[in-house]
Amino acid sequence: MKHCMSIAEMTRDEVELVLDRAASFQEVADREIKKVPALRGRTILTLFYEASTRTRSSFELAAKRLSADTVSFAASGSSVEKGESLKDTVLTLAAHSPDAIVVRAPWAGTPQLVSQWTDAAIVNAGDGKREHPTQALLDLFTMRQQLGPDLEGRSVWIVGDVAHSRVARSLIRILVLTGVHVTVCGPPTLIPADITALGCNVTYDISGIKDADVVYTLRLQHERMTAAGLLPSLGEYAARYQINDSRLKPSQVVMHPGPVNRGVELSGAVVDSPQAVITMQVKAGVVVRMAVLYELLAGARSERKETA
Amino acid sequence: MIIRAPHATTDVLIRGVHAVDPRSDLDRPVDVLVRGGVIERITDAGGLDAEGLTDLPTLDGRELHLFPGFFDPHVHVRTPGQGYKETIATGTASAAAGGFTGIVAMPNTRPTVDSTAVFGALLETARKEAVIGIGFTACITKEMAGKELTEMAALKDLGAIAFTDDGMPVADAQIFRMACRYQQLVGALLMLHEEEPALSGGGAMNEGAVSAALGISGQPNIAESALIARDAAIAGYEGARIHVQHLSARESLDAVRTAREHGVQITCEASPHHLSLTDEACRNLDTHCKMNPPLRTEADRQALIAAVLDGTIDCIATDHAPHSRDEKALPFEQAPFGTTGLETSFAASYTELVLGHGLPLSRLIYLLTSGAELCDVAPATLTEGTPADLCLVDLDRRWIVGEDGYVSKSANCAFDGHELQGKVVLTLCHGSVAHRDATLADSFDLAEAR
Repeated sequence: MKHCMSIAEMTRDEVELVLDRAASFQEVADREIKKVPALRGRTILTLFYEASTRTRSSFELAAKRLSADTVSFAASGSSVEKGESLKDTVLTLAAHSPDAIVVRAPWAGTPQLVSQWTDAAIVNAGDGKREHPTQALLDLFTMRQQLGPDLEGRSVWIVGDVAHSRVARSLIRILVLTGVHVTVCGPPTLIPADITALGCNVTYDISGIKDADVVYTLRLQHERMTAAGLLPSLGEYAARYQINDSRLKPSQVVMHPGPVNRGVELSGAVVDSPQAVITMQVKAGVVVRMAVLYELLAGARSERKETA
Repeated sequence: MIIRAPHATTDVLIRGVHAVDPRSDLDRPVDVLVRGGVIERITDAGGLDAEGLTDLPTLDGRELHLFPGFFDPHVHVRTPGQGYKETIATGTASAAAGGFTGIVAMPNTRPTVDSTAVFGALLETARKEAVIGIGFTACITKEMAGKELTEMAALKDLGAIAFTDDGMPVADAQIFRMACRYQQLVGALLMLHEEEPALSGGGAMNEGAVSAALGISGQPNIAESALIARDAAIAGYEGARIHVQHLSARESLDAVRTAREHGVQITCEASPHHLSLTDEACRNLDTHCKMNPPLRTEADRQALIAAVLDGTIDCIATDHAPHSRDEKALPFEQAPFGTTGLETSFAASYTELVLGHGLPLSRLIYLLTSGAELCDVAPATLTEGTPADLCLVDLDRRWIVGEDGYVSKSANCAFDGHELQGKVVLTLCHGSVAHRDATLADSFDLAEAR
């Protein structure tokens, strides 16, 4: 693996490689000294053009636990505000010869573009609404922890604003890749008509959710919704699509990429219940990102070494 | 959800009346027994003679016609907030006087019917006041501002019949598209007031020879037809179901026909005033003839009549729009748009279409009742066991509109002073007397059921 740009470009073997590696790092997270020397002396930069606490801190922690040096670059309070272009920003950072750059930007395809201006391994932390591959990897990792290593034939429902979600797009892809049945559900104004091209089913009716093994809910952004005619109100969304006790069976696993709008996509009671494994997802995020960075920089047959 | 206030029913035997009901294949003299709120028996004339029903009020129907109660999918009852011009009580009474047993109310009121709170309150009022069946639409967008969708799913659950911003178009194409997509969740009809505001420019009448002579800004036909074409394209793309309200221009008929050829689920209505009158009626600046869309040219009127005859028009709807005397006593350009129409709908349509253009009577009855099916409501029929929603009409009676005043609270009728033929003399709604013409009292006595 040279980069981690998208699930679309990953093979099944690469997915399994990352998840196996993540499992091996799990034990590190439980130690008192949570560090392995695998990436000591390597430099990992995070380049975030969008605000983020969860994802950025998750990547930084992953890098540090592998003993790498990390530097964070956020768009606000930086040269970007002075009008520096993406290319010049990347060239400036590339001058430090980083081993990896973790990129998040509101524009699809940014990681690909960045890779043209640096030799560093590129990790996509979210590009526009297109992909968020490490989120999908940690989500699959979490599902396997809950339901066992073989998810072939299982059913996952993704509920909410699929149209604007890179999390959904990556997740649909990784689940379809690993043989899971995916159903996407939400109001017709938030589900693109052609999303079925990714290999999932679509329904606007939540009642079939009782047959799902995993219920994965997405965050709703209210301000954007009502103004664009996408949703009349959060109340109407919650009445039709909220995951709450009346819609859930006790055996179902509930997931959410965070941050949660309590009372909107999930009821507070469900968020606090043992069925919701949101904090497990966060824990999984660090080990999965450790695995991605490891496989890119130190893993078997790392292409970086060969071309050095 | 159609709501009626409970009323005592009347039992009556109607003898020898000529019944016409296209849905029951009826077009002949019959005897009808109405009892306990339903049509208990309906037989060929003379068929109930032997039944010994002598203690029932009996009506000699041999000079009259019997039709299923009419349904109007486009009525303004001005509730909430504008009760000085019409209420649910007066609006439904006016409808009953026109032979209607079901109407659908528009939501452009004060406040607009765009929330579950307002909608729920409206239903409560209707349960007390409705003389005939009334259903309510809710707005497509909040405050009809065309920017944010209303909680259509919740409103449908509460009983909204359909959704419309009538009075306003949904001008923003993206918002309209989202309404079409959201319809897949809600399942209710979108009724559309098709007026591209950039083209209509607030014109007070039809753009044509009359407006040119008067120097009054007019609405061109294209303001209606262009928006119909746009909305039909979007609806077709999204598989949505739309209904064009108060269609008035010949180009609009072309737009509807073309859309249908492309498989778009599009229906349309025409009003009696657009079928009978033209912008010539505005030449003297009579504000009773100011409505939106405006009365158009004779060419448009003839095209509309032809469209009724060839089946392009799906139903007749009055767009009954009451306004107070003071509101209409303003300069033409300032007066509000609208004419009442419930009490004249049958007579105007019968006079113009049946007598004037040979439309079969049964087809007229179909067009006066098909609005129900569009709204997913079962239309009234003259069949045994169904609720007695019917009207008795004297087809030969000629009368001057407004000579006896109006049942509506408002008197702004475009047909005021016109002579029309065909008078509704009795309307029963679920077996209750909703309207009885003064002349009917002479021929028999309808006692209330004990």
